[in-house]
Amino acid sequence: LSAPPESPKEDDRPKWDNKFQYILSCIGFAVGLGNVWRFPYLCQIHGGGAFLIPYFIALLFEGIPLLHLELALGQCLRKGSIGAWNTISPYLGGVGVGSWVVSILVSLYYNTVLTWVMWYFINSFQEPLPWSVCPLNENRTGFNKECYESTAVNYFWYRKTLNITPDITESGTLQWWLILCLATCWAIVYLCTIRGIETTGKAIYVTAIFPYLVLTIFLIQGLTLPGATDGLAYLFTPNLNTLKNPRVWLDAATQIFFSLSLAFGGLIAFSSYNPPKNDCEKDAVTVAIVNSMTSLYASIPVFSVLGFKATTAYWDCLDRNIIGIINEFDLPEESILRENYTSWISLLNSSYPEKIAGLKLKSCDLHEFLDQSVSGTGLAFIVFTQAIILMPGSQAWAILFFIMLFSLGLSSMFGNIEGVFTPLLELQIVSKSAPKELISGIICLISFFIALCFTLGSGSYWIDIFDRYAGSVPLLVVAFFEVIGVVYIYKIKRFSKDVKWMTGRKLNHYWQITWRFISPLLLLIVFMAFIALQVQKPPSYTAWNPKYEGFPMKEEKVYPPWVQAICVLLSALPCVCIPLVALYHLIKQKRRSKDPNFALPEVFSCQGANS
Amino acid sequence: MLRALLLTLSVVAIAHAELCKPDAQNAFKVRISIKTALGDNAYAWDATEEYLFKAMVAFAMRRYSSKSTTQISNVLLCNVTDRVSFWFVVTDSSKNVTTVPGSEVEAAIRMNRDRINNAFLLSDKTLQFLKITSTLSPPVEPSTPAWLIVFGVVLCLIVAGIVFLVVSGIQKRKKKNKESTERENLEEKVEVTVTLENGIPCEVLDLKSGHINGVFAADDERFTSL
Repeated sequence: LSAPPESPKEDDRPKWDNKFQYILSCIGFAVGLGNVWRFPYLCQIHGGGAFLIPYFIALLFEGIPLLHLELALGQCLRKGSIGAWNTISPYLGGVGVGSWVVSILVSLYYNTVLTWVMWYFINSFQEPLPWSVCPLNENRTGFNKECYESTAVNYFWYRKTLNITPDITESGTLQWWLILCLATCWAIVYLCTIRGIETTGKAIYVTAIFPYLVLTIFLIQGLTLPGATDGLAYLFTPNLNTLKNPRVWLDAATQIFFSLSLAFGGLIAFSSYNPPKNDCEKDAVTVAIVNSMTSLYASIPVFSVLGFKATTAYWDCLDRNIIGIINEFDLPEESILRENYTSWISLLNSSYPEKIAGLKLKSCDLHEFLDQSVSGTGLAFIVFTQAIILMPGSQAWAILFFIMLFSLGLSSMFGNIEGVFTPLLELQIVSKSAPKELISGIICLISFFIALCFTLGSGSYWIDIFDRYAGSVPLLVVAFFEVIGVVYIYKIKRFSKDVKWMTGRKLNHYWQITWRFISPLLLLIVFMAFIALQVQKPPSYTAWNPKYEGFPMKEEKVYPPWVQAICVLLSALPCVCIPLVALYHLIKQKRRSKDPNFALPEVFSCQGANS
Repeated sequence: MLRALLLTLSVVAIAHAELCKPDAQNAFKVRISIKTALGDNAYAWDATEEYLFKAMVAFAMRRYSSKSTTQISNVLLCNVTDRVSFWFVVTDSSKNVTTVPGSEVEAAIRMNRDRINNAFLLSDKTLQFLKITSTLSPPVEPSTPAWLIVFGVVLCLIVAGIVFLVVSGIQKRKKKNKESTERENLEEKVEVTVTLENGIPCEVLDLKSGHINGVFAADDERFTSL
């Protein structure tokens, strides 16, 4: 009896159910929280519509080429980041290890941000919303002092959610409600990634498409709010003067780079599950354009809601002044309206200037309110929640908003976890017979325990540090070495042949030029500018300190030396993997070359592995 | 007689004017915002409303001190403006031409604030007694915080999903293992029943027609014919 034929090696590797799942996973990974809370902020502070010019230039010369490179790499080599770079050249194995370490660090803190979103989500089921009213103080004569001096929304975020300490050196205690939510978030991540892309592929249908639905609903709702058009007009009006500032170009380049989630190893992992003959060029262009369009699409409801909030604040300011004047002069109610406020003020100022001065009226300027810009967690948890209270039916809007944020973050988490999971499976640290469920369970459990330190009182300061240092500079370094490695060590001629074999088309000149010169140059410039900006002044942070004289303004503090050392460590750890691994292989090579039975490793080629 | 009456009336009037004036001792300022509270259903503030106000203050004083001596005429209003704001004092008829101490009035109003507000369809914010602070009502707190319930529901769903996936994975693995062991057993059984001849099963040999061995066939010619 002859034995059944040997199954080809490809069958062992999991596959995407269909191409749509793969594209959706890449889009979900790229589209994350930054598209909602960083891009609109950058547009706002960098001259509105004018910011789109450097943004699209960066997309064309940095975003799309790097994305295509990663997708083609993963598809050709059919391995996770560590395996892929080891295959290209053992000396470059450190690049894979570096992106693996970054993925681990980012997964740890990213899920804690989702914890905060989940906490707000489950608190949105109350009437009235808990961040709309201040709690009373002990003897019920007035409101809680901290809440009264700042706002109810600020109080709920800093005290009830984070229970933040005034300084990063004071760790505070573990917040049990955050621990519960963190456990839930890691359980959700485990549920979705339990069997790798088998399960994330199903989950991505929901988590990648749902945010678009909610954004559309918010768009329609936002445009009907009073003051929305003011916000949109003011914030989108281009101010071309800002383009003279090099900071704008740097922000555009970094935004594109981090928004596309490059150099994490997750994209390489995703494309490694593709069939080898797949048009990666079209995929890359599609994903990059969808990501940018999503950023633009998301900024419309964000700006509408910000405009609504500014208009409401302006009206409140006017109303407070009007009441003050009416009470002081005992005029009948509704004699001064918002429309004739200015004429009344000038009349009264001419006849009773001392009385008017005594009232200490605040000057109300709509543009001043529109100029207040926030990004990041401040936008979602303070500004937006405040705007939601003012909308009719606030519970529904709050629930929708936080589910949307959660799905956006969750689909990015899938990519991060894949970037950790896939290389681990290939590293042969774990035996092949161990079930995938167990490995993913162990990863999630260990990550949960490490992430517990972010639920301390000082947790949010630490997340800021991780975000600024672990999720920024190392990625630029890894991406730079990726491009250099593929173009100059693997040699671009070989890579062009591989890509041509995969897509069926010859490589365009555009790719040749950007891969060879423009993208590495841009990355180098961005990296140096980034470092230059960081070293200009000692790294500082803003702390929420109720005892500060300028409270409710946040207190500016400098990091103590041991924290600065940790920042440097976080940035350096992934980067240092690259030379370390190269050195290790160099030493191994020197020892091996003395051995006469030493055989040269064979040259790798895309077609060779799969024919 | 008439002159004496006129004299007492004017004395009383002057006394009242002295008692009720802005910033007088034991006088309180009231500010009413009817249009803000009621919008289109706002009523006009006239003498009849003032009468009701005096009645409510007298009611509050009676409820508080439970000596039913305060009359509506004891409550004096003055300086009514268009804002609608005015000052009032409560006089004490037992002692001549004096006012009830401010602390008593304040306590009485505090105790009956709800009733006074409701009489005018207003609230603490729209019927302001400027020197009297109102006790704030505590926010309603349910026995179990609502978020715990939602959290419980979410957690149960997730744990159910994980258990389902893990169990189905284990079942799939068991089925795969059983199938592969069954297949091995089947192959062994098949080998035992088949008899082999030089590695070729006999049935195959029987089915095929025999090969004519050319060597022996050609040997016929070697022997000479008899």
